Amino acid sequence: MNNCPVCEIPVAMPAAPRLSEILECGDCRSELEIVATDPLLLAVAPEVEEDWGE
Amino acid sequence: MTARTGAPVIALLASQLRADDKRLLEALERRRIGCEHADTRAFWGDPATPPHWRGVLNREIGQVRAAYAARTLELFGVPVVNSAEAIEVCGDKWRCTLALAGAGLPLPRTALGLTTESALAALDAIGYPAVIKPLTGSWGRLIAELPDRRTAESFLEYVADRSSPQARLAYLQELIDKPSRDIRAIVVGGELLGATYRIGPGLRTNVALGARTEACVETPEITKLATAAAAAVGADIAGVDLIESRDGRLLVLEVNHRVEFSGFQAAVGDRVDVAGRIVDHLVAMAVQW
Repeated sequence: MNNCPVCEIPVAMPAAPRLSEILECGDCRSELEIVATDPLLLAVAPEVEEDWGE
Repeated sequence: MTARTGAPVIALLASQLRADDKRLLEALERRRIGCEHADTRAFWGDPATPPHWRGVLNREIGQVRAAYAARTLELFGVPVVNSAEAIEVCGDKWRCTLALAGAGLPLPRTALGLTTESALAALDAIGYPAVIKPLTGSWGRLIAELPDRRTAESFLEYVADRSSPQARLAYLQELIDKPSRDIRAIVVGGELLGATYRIGPGLRTNVALGARTEACVETPEITKLATAAAAAVGADIAGVDLIESRDGRLLVLEVNHRVEFSGFQAAVGDRVDVAGRIVDHLVAMAVQW
């Protein structure tokens, strides 16, 4: 179990985590990014930029 | 389908992988298509080095990066969906409006003000209440209702103070009296996959802002408008937003080039496999190339 880098609460991980996958902390709702898979490492995801979207 | 170099044949271009991107990769893997996630943050291209992919699914979340990456890849003829042209048109609300209007589609009355003064003149012509939107951006960000001229004058002062010349243009639209919902239709390869209602209070019924999604029965009118709108902007994969006015008109609002379909998929269930249909469309293009 990896902890959220913001609130330090354990974050539920997907069964097959992928590099660059975005997760949401179930506690503080921070967007997190998987920045390494072996071993698993979480970091705060980049902030939304002006031209992001659909 | 085999790669020319033994490398993965399909790239999913994205800076991060969100739920829909994972579904797309899983759909490729289920079909045993060689694929990889190409991180846009590591992407670079030059006009002398062709990519090894035979097809690219462009899921980059940043519109500028998505368009420039697509332009670079298209130099070599690699099928990229969506194309740079579709991204550039859909990513600019005014260009999108012009493309839709050029195709004769029914739209809310819309105008572009190039200065504060011309925006106020346009609003006088459109009438209040009206809506102002940024030319770029998504998820309902910075969309505001302008109930009267006084509010418009104040809001336009903020618009005029923005740093980029493009952001100082005012995209203005009549406020359509609609039920608390709009319609999201997904079109892939010219075919309507389905439609959903996005239900929420207020002006902005974006799922990103908490709107809920329910299945919507596709009428011939929805099919006709959605497929025509996708064709008008040249989008192989399109999320077309439609609104119903209380006087019975169905209007096209805009077309989105990087469709988020988690809510749509949950609403339509097993009836449509959105990721599978997108992947099949790209693979068909790649095979032809």
